Amino acid sequence: MDFQLMIDSIPQLLVGVWMTVKLVALALALGICIAIPLALGRVSKNPFLWMPVYSFIFIFRGTPLLVQIFIVYYGFGQSESVRESIFWPFFKEAYWCAIFTFSLNTAAYTAEILRGAIQAVPHGEVEAAQALGMPRLLMLRRVVVPRAFRLALPAYGNEIILMLKGSALASTITLLDLTGVARVIVARTFAPYELFLIAAVMYLVLTLIIVRTLKYAEWRLSPHLRPPRYSD
Amino acid sequence: MIELHGYGPLLLDGAWLTLRVAFASVAVGLVFGLIGATAKLSNSVIARGAATAYTAIVRGIPELLLLLIIFYGGSLLLQQIWRSLGSDSYVEIQPFVAGTFTLGFVFGAYATEVFRGAILSVPKGQIEAAHAVGMGRLQVLRRVMLPQVWRFALPGLGNLWLVLLKDTSLISVVNLNELMYNSRSAAGATREPFTFFVAAAVIYLAFTIVSMVMLQYSEKRARRGVRQS
Repeated sequence: MDFQLMIDSIPQLLVGVWMTVKLVALALALGICIAIPLALGRVSKNPFLWMPVYSFIFIFRGTPLLVQIFIVYYGFGQSESVRESIFWPFFKEAYWCAIFTFSLNTAAYTAEILRGAIQAVPHGEVEAAQALGMPRLLMLRRVVVPRAFRLALPAYGNEIILMLKGSALASTITLLDLTGVARVIVARTFAPYELFLIAAVMYLVLTLIIVRTLKYAEWRLSPHLRPPRYSD
Repeated sequence: MIELHGYGPLLLDGAWLTLRVAFASVAVGLVFGLIGATAKLSNSVIARGAATAYTAIVRGIPELLLLLIIFYGGSLLLQQIWRSLGSDSYVEIQPFVAGTFTLGFVFGAYATEVFRGAILSVPKGQIEAAHAVGMGRLQVLRRVMLPQVWRFALPGLGNLWLVLLKDTSLISVVNLNELMYNSRSAAGATREPFTFFVAAAVIYLAFTIVSMVMLQYSEKRARRGVRQS
């Protein structure tokens, strides 16, 4: 074990951590924005709505993330029409390809989680909202979506961690995320233990932070489930 | 039909290796999972601690990184052991072995939780009843526990299998010529990456669909003795 090398590589690895955090945060944020309409489409009774949404979800969940990211990064450039379109500056960059793929991928998983949660919203609450004369969109915004979020939180927490782990694939399309930086330094120094183990520890710390934050969020979002506190 | 320029057989070869590596990993993973679950339910503090650390660590590290650790780190370790034994020949862990071990190790960590839940789901009264009618420990295990643990664990294991099937693509990063690696070769040779990666995606999707159908069938079969409303 070369401890000096481990300590010396920390600053470079931290740059990688920042890239990983950026990728994951942006993908999750975009993913949620895509997932909410998807989930609503998925529970719709209109086959023109739920069937395409279901196929989208099925395809993204049924193929490896590595294949998806390769299709976007290496594959899209194959077609002339993409290369000449206004999107090319976007798909030319590994960074945006990763963001694009990760967001769609996590959106597919999140939509499925949200669907479960939406269907678990007690029917009485929906009826109550209808009885109050709430229009459909207002009801979705005020009753169904917030309630579903609370119900979905534990499963969504797992999805965040899976996204963090999946983000390591960004290193396969030349991006210097945490895994990418570690691989570059290993290629230069050939010290796989040192670098990969320290990167692994950094991932574990990130996971731990996510788990703690989620625990806190769950606690904050369910005041009604906490045992009452007595003053004496 | 998409034009594969004669690379179809190469993809199929890769797909076959993908299946083999997936089945081998499941076999390894089930062993890890059963050991992990036994450790988690044991009375020994050390065994419980070790199993908890195992699941926590594997859940928090990307599979790709773990594969790189096992492939490069493991090769280096073997090399050092080899050298200390006085040989200077070059050793490297085969990608198939490193991949199977990694995916099995990851599968095992998640399967630990699945098995633990399944074992705990068998009603205690049934085990007492089995003892009361004079069954031995092994008999209880074989006749009462296993058939039910299997039924409770099957949905969870099925999901893990679907995840594992997709994770096999990662082994292409350490140059195992499975489906992903071969489609990359074909993409490089023909300069048609889109075609070949989509073809690979279609094959993975087909594997997923077939697995889902078979899982549904076996779940139904495992449930055959259960009264249903």
